[in-house]
Amino acid sequence: MSAPHGRVGPLVARDDGTPALDVDALLRDRRIDIIVCCGSGGVGKTTTSAALALRAAEQGRKVVVLTIDPARRLAQSMGIERLDNVPRPVPGVTGGNGGSLDAMMLDMKRTFDEVVESQASPEKAAQILANPFYVALSSSFAGTQEYMAMEKLGQLHADRSGGWDLIVVDTPPSRSALDFLDAPERLSSFLDGRFIRLLLAPARGPARLMSAGLGVMTNALTKVLGTQVLRDMQTFVAAFDTLFGGFRQRAQKTYRLLQADGTAFLVVASPEPDALREAAYFVERLNEERMPLAGLVVNRAGHAPGGRLSAERALAAAERLDEERAQGDGSDGPTAGLLRLHADRSRIVARETRLRARFATTHPDVPTAVVPALSTDVHDLDGLRTVGDLLSQRS
Amino acid sequence: MTPVTPPAGSASGLRFPTMTSPDERWADVRLHVVTGKGGTGKSTVAAALALALASRGKTVLLCEVEGRQGIAQLFDVAPLPYEERRVVQGPNDGGDLYALAIDPESALLEYLAMYYRLGRAGKALDRFGVIDFATTIAPGVRDVLLTGKVYEAVNRNRRGRSSRQYDAVVLDAPPTGRIAQFLNVNSELAGLAKVGPIRSQADTVMTLLRSKRTAVHLVTVLEDMPVQETADGIDELRVARLPVGAVVVNMTRRPELDDEERDAAVSGELDRDAVAADLESVGVRVTEALLDGLLAEAREHAERRELEDEQRKRISGLDVPTYELPRLADGIDLGALYELAADLCRQGLA
Repeated sequence: MSAPHGRVGPLVARDDGTPALDVDALLRDRRIDIIVCCGSGGVGKTTTSAALALRAAEQGRKVVVLTIDPARRLAQSMGIERLDNVPRPVPGVTGGNGGSLDAMMLDMKRTFDEVVESQASPEKAAQILANPFYVALSSSFAGTQEYMAMEKLGQLHADRSGGWDLIVVDTPPSRSALDFLDAPERLSSFLDGRFIRLLLAPARGPARLMSAGLGVMTNALTKVLGTQVLRDMQTFVAAFDTLFGGFRQRAQKTYRLLQADGTAFLVVASPEPDALREAAYFVERLNEERMPLAGLVVNRAGHAPGGRLSAERALAAAERLDEERAQGDGSDGPTAGLLRLHADRSRIVARETRLRARFATTHPDVPTAVVPALSTDVHDLDGLRTVGDLLSQRS
Repeated sequence: MTPVTPPAGSASGLRFPTMTSPDERWADVRLHVVTGKGGTGKSTVAAALALALASRGKTVLLCEVEGRQGIAQLFDVAPLPYEERRVVQGPNDGGDLYALAIDPESALLEYLAMYYRLGRAGKALDRFGVIDFATTIAPGVRDVLLTGKVYEAVNRNRRGRSSRQYDAVVLDAPPTGRIAQFLNVNSELAGLAKVGPIRSQADTVMTLLRSKRTAVHLVTVLEDMPVQETADGIDELRVARLPVGAVVVNMTRRPELDDEERDAAVSGELDRDAVAADLESVGVRVTEALLDGLLAEAREHAERRELEDEQRKRISGLDVPTYELPRLADGIDLGALYELAADLCRQGLA
């Protein structure tokens, strides 16, 4: 995929370095009340958002973290393995200075249902919730999760009863980080679009809208989808009609919230070409939409090897040790293996550094935090604290 | 621009001089579906598998469905259109590899043109926003269109006259978390369309996907979450009666230290002086920093390996044939793809 909107950014390389991302300053900044973590799948968004939320809470903020799809053991340790769509206090948080941490896992279907219930009369809501088209739309449409994540964010922000002063949002594991920004627009433009008007036309008297094009279209739709699907859709649309305006307004309101000064986006990536490419698209898109970017988090970075021995020399030395051993006059200790590990690590770090440098050259103003890979998995609060410490070590 | 390069095997023929023949259990498989959690390298494995199959003299089609142009990047060719393009041609009578990027809009228009002769109506549909609706909003329709095109490519030789026939099709599929839903097209549509043309299309596709001619391979790395997702994915596939193929464990570390050395590395009991002496004997200038570094690296490696071995145990408990690919320190380029393809051949997945 090429950058969808063309590149946005500087035109020549500059020679000042990339600024470091000061995570603690961000978490301390009381003007910031929303932090959104985005990035492509598998880069550690969920862990990063949970670690940030915990760190903020233990530094005195009243935090709620909205996670999308946490690892089972992490969810258990945060007390949110049950999906009930309501934030719950996380046990074991040592909130100094009155800080606290609530967490929840998004239930997209329930969030959708709740919006319908809050917007429509009880009978109408019941009618919509039972419609086969609605059931399918609310549980499997690929963009519903993004839309509902944004909807839930809007709800949490409007809900003063929780007493939160910081919301940390994890975003759905989509192929592209941009989906989070695009999905609501896609859904609301559909709900608002011409196609829906057409589906409504028969209910409102078809004569005026009838045209050759419309005839061809309904004909084709019937052929492909069948009459039953078309009828379900029409019933759904007719029942949903009065809600469309509300949906669009809510989506627009949340979108404006994301553009506000109180919001900070953190783009999360791993030091891999694909993840950094997605991160670049996202950074450029945020610039274009005037959305506030706080910085880039590069997870799972290799540790720089100790000592000054190049990969090439380490490999050569390992080879000589192997040769000597083969001739029967070398030691059979682990040294050759150690040298190969060293060479491997040097090459990985060199490659990652090159990739990050390339990102930094084209996006020189993006403050960056580099989090070294952990040799163990993160599945409890202590693990999250370790990640939090690593995130805030300004490298 | 078709790069003409020898297929897998010969590229690294020196390193893997004898290749065993493919494992018998994949002999009937015509459609290899490759899935994996984000970041595990499923696209790389799909491409390597396609190369490996082609190296056996087959004509292979590699499809992607996520609009990412991953194939073009891997093979270093221009972005792929909705058209089967040859990306690798084998030497002599070797196999060929074609690639196709399937997007739902084009698949829908082609489907309409093929079955309903809706050339003109296709445009009208677009004007009314119907194409957009069908491919992005209508639940499940998108997946039926994508799998439907794959079905067409696999089944082509039955109907086909002049069109190209493939011995094998490799699908770079959506991630593990979504794979059962993606392939189980008719249950996805079940609530929506109980009868009708789109439903019969889904049923036909399903027949292929549930048959012995399909295998769904899951790519993972040796970490807790990806392995958990792999286990969950296998359960979901089995519930949906979809044929689970192999687990491909990607990016494994080479066992540079033996068990005893790893234990010593973790407990800090590696013999520092002996290492220093070895280094000096081959002319490496020994500094304290270098020794500290080497021992710390050994320890982290050993800790990682311990965790990896736990995950290996979990994977072997899944009761699915397993293949392993090494982690390549320099990342993935065309040459690396060929090495991975040769590895898959050697282990018999292709």
